Amino acid sequence: MTGRRVALLSGALVLLVVVAVVGVGIGAHHVPVVEVVRALLDHNGSPDHVVVRDVRAPRALLAVGAGAALAVAGVLIQVLMRNPLAEPGVLGVTAGAGFAITAGSALGLAASPAGELGAAVAGAVIATLLVYSVGRRSPLRLVLTGVALTAVLSGLSLGLRLLLPDVFDRYRFWSVGSLAGREQAPNTVPLLVIAVAVACALLLARQLDAVELGETVAQTLGVNVHRVRLAALVLITVLSGAATAIAGPILFVGLMVPHLARRFAGSSVPWLTAFAAVLGPVLLLVADIGSRVLLPTGEVPVAIVTAFLGGPVLIWAVRRHGAVAAA
Amino acid sequence: MSALVLRGGPVSVRVERRTVVLTAVLLTLIAGVGLLGLSYGATWSSPAKVFDALSGGRGGVVIREWRLPRVAAALLFGAALGIAGAIFQNITRNPMGSPDIIGLDAGAYTGALVAITVLSGTSVQLAVGSVLGGAVAAAAVYLLSLGGGLSGLRLVVIGIAVNAILMALNSWIVLRADLEVAIAAVGWSAGSLNGVDWSDVRLPFGIIGLLLVAMVVRSQALHQDALGTELAVTTGVGVDRLRLQLVVIGVGLTATVTAVAGPIAFIALAAPQIGRRLAKAPGVPLLPAALTGALLLQGADLVAQMLLAPVSLPVGVVTTAIGGCYLIWLLTKEVRRP
Repeated sequence: MTGRRVALLSGALVLLVVVAVVGVGIGAHHVPVVEVVRALLDHNGSPDHVVVRDVRAPRALLAVGAGAALAVAGVLIQVLMRNPLAEPGVLGVTAGAGFAITAGSALGLAASPAGELGAAVAGAVIATLLVYSVGRRSPLRLVLTGVALTAVLSGLSLGLRLLLPDVFDRYRFWSVGSLAGREQAPNTVPLLVIAVAVACALLLARQLDAVELGETVAQTLGVNVHRVRLAALVLITVLSGAATAIAGPILFVGLMVPHLARRFAGSSVPWLTAFAAVLGPVLLLVADIGSRVLLPTGEVPVAIVTAFLGGPVLIWAVRRHGAVAAA
Repeated sequence: MSALVLRGGPVSVRVERRTVVLTAVLLTLIAGVGLLGLSYGATWSSPAKVFDALSGGRGGVVIREWRLPRVAAALLFGAALGIAGAIFQNITRNPMGSPDIIGLDAGAYTGALVAITVLSGTSVQLAVGSVLGGAVAAAAVYLLSLGGGLSGLRLVVIGIAVNAILMALNSWIVLRADLEVAIAAVGWSAGSLNGVDWSDVRLPFGIIGLLLVAMVVRSQALHQDALGTELAVTTGVGVDRLRLQLVVIGVGLTATVTAVAGPIAFIALAAPQIGRRLAKAPGVPLLPAALTGALLLQGADLVAQMLLAPVSLPVGVVTTAIGGCYLIWLLTKEVRRP
């Protein structure tokens, strides 16, 4: 079993590298794969190399970071709430982060990347607490609460942006969830935070495995259930907040990837987390490539592509797990 | 029970006193906000001036040709959305099963967008396109939630997923479209009554009027159905046929409104529930839903015009913010209930 999983995980890693390298070459200006590899390893300053190094590669790195963050947050939230429909986007956590960034910049607080990140995480925390306290009784109700909160916050965000034209200008593209143009912003802080949080999630996964067996069993195994839950909640909000700060609100990645990863990882939470951390970036990279080719000119925001892909997955999940979940 | 019974020949109607009082109060409020809507604008016209203009006095062009169609549209569209919401909430037996949540608005909007971008976008094409879009969305949600028991919440979540896909599709169509079409469509995508005039609303008013008459004819059966399928069948209601007719009426109402004003969210969700609580009625009654819908939409449109005056917000922004808060409150209350 473990041997198979190791093989599959290595396969997924290879896939990630291939998608990343091929994806970097695709766009308005096509760059052959050989040139992409050469640009990364042996930079000679030609226009192709500049495009790859300064625009495409940073953008791919953002996709990897945001994808991993959303997918791992999705795994944690599904395990923690024991709810196959849970997802940071659908539950309104990303909407909370997005609104906090808009509101923070309207008040002049979120000017730096660190400030943006802080606002996003604070918004995610508040949204999580609100949605969880209203909807914790039943999985479907949780989804409905998340949708309602998302609607309210997007209405308020739109109102704020219409009130303050310069905020509108800054967040016009960001507000639909897009990676376009974001590679120019300094994103080192959010990316570092995501890396640390994903590592923490991998460390925490073993204990979450025990919690999933039930509170009593977990306590017998010597796991402090409350502390593990709290830690998982903190990681969920930090990951969703950081991903939103990078790419704006992107729905459904955190829903799709855990369902996909479960196929390979079975019910083991550590493996699930590892697979999600690799497959999330693959999915977002593919969606980002789609966002660049779907229109003859210009780009479709990546969140639109993920909604296309993710909506059917939500339907499938409801049809498959609905009977169990409709408590 | 404090009920009034009206008899005229072979027909007798029994009316709760509470319903009569509520209807009177709601109608007064609607007249109030309607009058306010006619008076408010770039320049304030006193009510006396409004009445003068309505009775055909000189200098009333602004009121008769600009403000009156907008107010009439807000009232009638609000009533239509309220009724559509009441129909779907009755059928799914779930307050969240209203057309704006389960993707019918988005589907109708997709149809309208296709009519604009592919065809020339006359008002007939718009109406047909949005009805077709709404019907396809309704059929998709229904078919996908078949099997494994038709539980209301399940249908709602599947509807949410369909809604998300359709909204993505809509954004993609808008992004592909020519610039003029795209700009028009974006202003409209939130649901807006800005710039509505008589030529836009004549056909929709006719369609909505016909559908409302059909609804009145079938309303007795609807209320019987709301008491439970078994009871409805025993009292001689063909439930399957009734539901199909109701869905057609509901989709027609939603789609017609969407064709003119875009997807105005949350009126269909909130109006029937507020009306039901005001009327203290079992099930989801239609008349309070219609009146509350008209009051809500006209009120929201006034807020949308005043909030950032002289710029007029899309009314959908206001209804979304208010309606979403209301939905969360609704869910909170359901949680407290044992």
